[in-house]
Amino acid sequence: MTTLETPPPGRAKRGNRFALPNGAYRGLLAAMGAIFVGLVAWFIISMIVQARPAFSTLGFSWIIQKTWDPTHNKYGLLPFILGTVETTAIAMVLALPIGLGTALALAYLVPHRVRQGLSSAVELLAAVPSVVYGLWGLIVLAPLFREDVEPFLTSILGWTGLFNGPNEGVGLLLAGIILFVMVLPTMVAISRDVLAVVPSEQVEGAMALGATRWQVLRKVVVPGARTGILGAFTLATGRALGETVAVALVIGNSPYIAHSVKSTASTLPALIVNNFGEATGTELSALFGAGLVLLLIGVTVNAVARVLVRSAARSGAASMAVA
Amino acid sequence: MTTLNFDASTDPILERRRAIQNAAATSLGRRKISSRIAIGICWAFLAIAIVPLVAVIAYVVVKGLPAWNTDFFTQSTVPEGIPGGGVWNAIVGTAEIGFFATAVTVPIGLLCGLTLAESDGNIAAAVRFTADVMTGMPSITIGIFGYIAIVKTTGKYSGLAGAFAIGFIMLPVIMRAGETAIRGVPRDLSEAALALGARRATIAHRVLVPAALPGITTGVLLAVARGLGETAPLLLTIFGNQYLQWNPTKPMEALPLVIYNNSSQPYANLLQIAWGAALLLMVVVLVLSVGSRVLAVVLQRERR
Amino acid sequence: MIDPTPTPEVAEGLGSGTDEPPADEPVMRLQDVAVAFSGRTAVRSVSFDVYPGEITALIGPSGSGKTTLLRALNRLHDTERSASVTGTILLGDTDVNADSTDPTLLRTRVGMVFQRPNPFPTMSIYENAVAGLRFNGVRKKALLDEAAESALIAAALWDSVRDRLKAHASTLSGGEQQRLCIARALAVEPEVLLMDEPTSALDPIATKRIEELIGELKHRVTIIIVTHNMQQAMRVSDRCAFLLMGEDKAGELIEVGPTARLFSEPSDPRTLDYVNGRFG
Repeated sequence: MTTLETPPPGRAKRGNRFALPNGAYRGLLAAMGAIFVGLVAWFIISMIVQARPAFSTLGFSWIIQKTWDPTHNKYGLLPFILGTVETTAIAMVLALPIGLGTALALAYLVPHRVRQGLSSAVELLAAVPSVVYGLWGLIVLAPLFREDVEPFLTSILGWTGLFNGPNEGVGLLLAGIILFVMVLPTMVAISRDVLAVVPSEQVEGAMALGATRWQVLRKVVVPGARTGILGAFTLATGRALGETVAVALVIGNSPYIAHSVKSTASTLPALIVNNFGEATGTELSALFGAGLVLLLIGVTVNAVARVLVRSAARSGAASMAVA
Repeated sequence: MTTLNFDASTDPILERRRAIQNAAATSLGRRKISSRIAIGICWAFLAIAIVPLVAVIAYVVVKGLPAWNTDFFTQSTVPEGIPGGGVWNAIVGTAEIGFFATAVTVPIGLLCGLTLAESDGNIAAAVRFTADVMTGMPSITIGIFGYIAIVKTTGKYSGLAGAFAIGFIMLPVIMRAGETAIRGVPRDLSEAALALGARRATIAHRVLVPAALPGITTGVLLAVARGLGETAPLLLTIFGNQYLQWNPTKPMEALPLVIYNNSSQPYANLLQIAWGAALLLMVVVLVLSVGSRVLAVVLQRERR
Repeated sequence: MIDPTPTPEVAEGLGSGTDEPPADEPVMRLQDVAVAFSGRTAVRSVSFDVYPGEITALIGPSGSGKTTLLRALNRLHDTERSASVTGTILLGDTDVNADSTDPTLLRTRVGMVFQRPNPFPTMSIYENAVAGLRFNGVRKKALLDEAAESALIAAALWDSVRDRLKAHASTLSGGEQQRLCIARALAVEPEVLLMDEPTSALDPIATKRIEELIGELKHRVTIIIVTHNMQQAMRVSDRCAFLLMGEDKAGELIEVGPTARLFSEPSDPRTLDYVNGRFG
């Protein structure tokens, strides 16, 4: 506990003499808040303003057109929107079960002695910069995927039609995997925390009824933490959707709709970062538009997460109040 | 004590007990096996999760360490095809960008944190909503904002534009950490000061912020760790500069940029510098993250 | 397992306050039971018998190891790696602590109610009531429904929840939640029900209702209850085991006997001190 002694009178007086009157202090806080809100508002408005030329010259439908070809004045965003969604989907399809299983293992299965250490290590891994994952993916994983992983997956899953085309190493699949590795620490760290705080009384209550270890985890612990797990999942999804450099390095950056998970493709953030340097005129404006679409997706996913988590938390809180 | 007189063969409770214990016994094998399998899968997933994460760290250490020599820390980056080179210019850039971003963001973030913790009015609600919206913004879009706000306005790429974007990413983290830490200060502390006739500003300055310092420090260091590792916003704001540049109003180099640009180069020396820079960046970020925890614990202990 | 035909002497023997054990075979026998954590003894050498249809109370001051002992009876210490239980605990013919005894099957036979109501918050009232049956592989809807209704009736909860079985368990009051937990334990039709200070988190009115309920339940299941409340032990139990913390901080059994005798003329002076409120 923090124990701070009341300042001695002399110090308090001195503090008082130089302190702002209450009104001015409140004013300062309000002004700071207003500046912050104003900055963000300016941010969003300026992006809309910069993107407007694209909308006025291309109409609204350019967002869902299939062709990105600046030399012919075509700026369709569909391939990039699809690429963003597809890489994120690959990452999250892997991250949900593996992250949840890992979190369960960390919270309930590994020996007590190493539990704290392992959990802290996972939290630290969440801080590793994404460009480092990108470097590793491009230099280490891409050749491995080209020579071994992709031929292997094609040989066993080729019949699904998802693995057509040449083995290039870089592409949708690698980008999805890199995103998976990147968001895994986030997914695991948050899920582990919420799983670990499920009251031990619940766990023992289930055990005392004759539940097996897995039944306890599956029927009591995971449902008890589902709100937090959902939150972790959505947060990780948001990170995957907005990730730029790690994806830009390993996706191959081709402006076409992928026909297979091995295809090279691109995402909205990768599109922006790859073309920003040389773009001018309508293309630059279209890139701002791409940023706007990305912003919209990111903020929506985040808001949905918040609403979900909040409503789940409220139903829990309301029931607690009744109890 | 007479109701135990019942006919055991038809008593519904005994019958049900038999049925339930039967079901429990006959399903035991199945339940145990599925429990073992499911828990085995959890262990397998743990292994699957650990392998790539350990591999990333191991690769960066193994490939990065050989790059760490005197030149690496004292020379500037070199263009393609030229041997040697270092990342001194990138270290300077990252340090300056981190410094300016932190110096501006910490006071603003703290005051906004105070606003969130101390007032319940429309302003606080608006700040909270805005911070919520911001946490959903991909960092590349914040880079775009840095471009629009600073690069376009001043007409040139600069370290300060990068600091602006990075600071913007750090801001909500610091705000939230500040709010949480200030809310965690026991109420009676500020009420005691209030009863002595202290002004709100005095209380904030002399009671709330000092008492919340461990939490604030942790939040700031974590925010810096996050900010320094960001790459995308820098690509749109500082442009990159292969020469040493101390002037933050000029285009600068930064560690994440070196990694990003060099990683797709076919030259061995550039790639090695990328690994070295990745190791350096990772060490800095991890030291900040670990340091923030250690510092919080130490500060908290001193208070006792 | 329960001998269904107790002799009249049993009832008399209880009321008369002598140490004459009931003529029934004990449901549970504890022989020299000790529990240690990381080698440090928490409870030592406890031996007594638990008779069918009776309520046995474990009493004693805090730290005397009542709860620790209780949790050994359904092997809840299994999860704690540092815990070791020695001595013999027999449930009928089953050696509770034997490696060959499956703890999940044992817990189907020995139910438990905890200090604080712990219904599963994500399950409905009905799902809570049948949770134990589902864990144990019961799938027949008829059996689930029958067991749930019977248990909820026995826990005096049926009338107030029959119309909202699908409501969340967390919508119940604290006392109702605890009765749901009792119903949940009863639904599995255990032979012995362990109760660990089941009213310690409840207000006096809810406590009274639970106590009344416990009295009614003993016709259905043998109960072992931990309580630190002397009045409660006197009101609800037929037989009492008094534990006390020894000098090395390990709990010891001081004496065991019919409740009336233990409270009126205990054979150990320490028991007299305790029941008269002189320490603890």
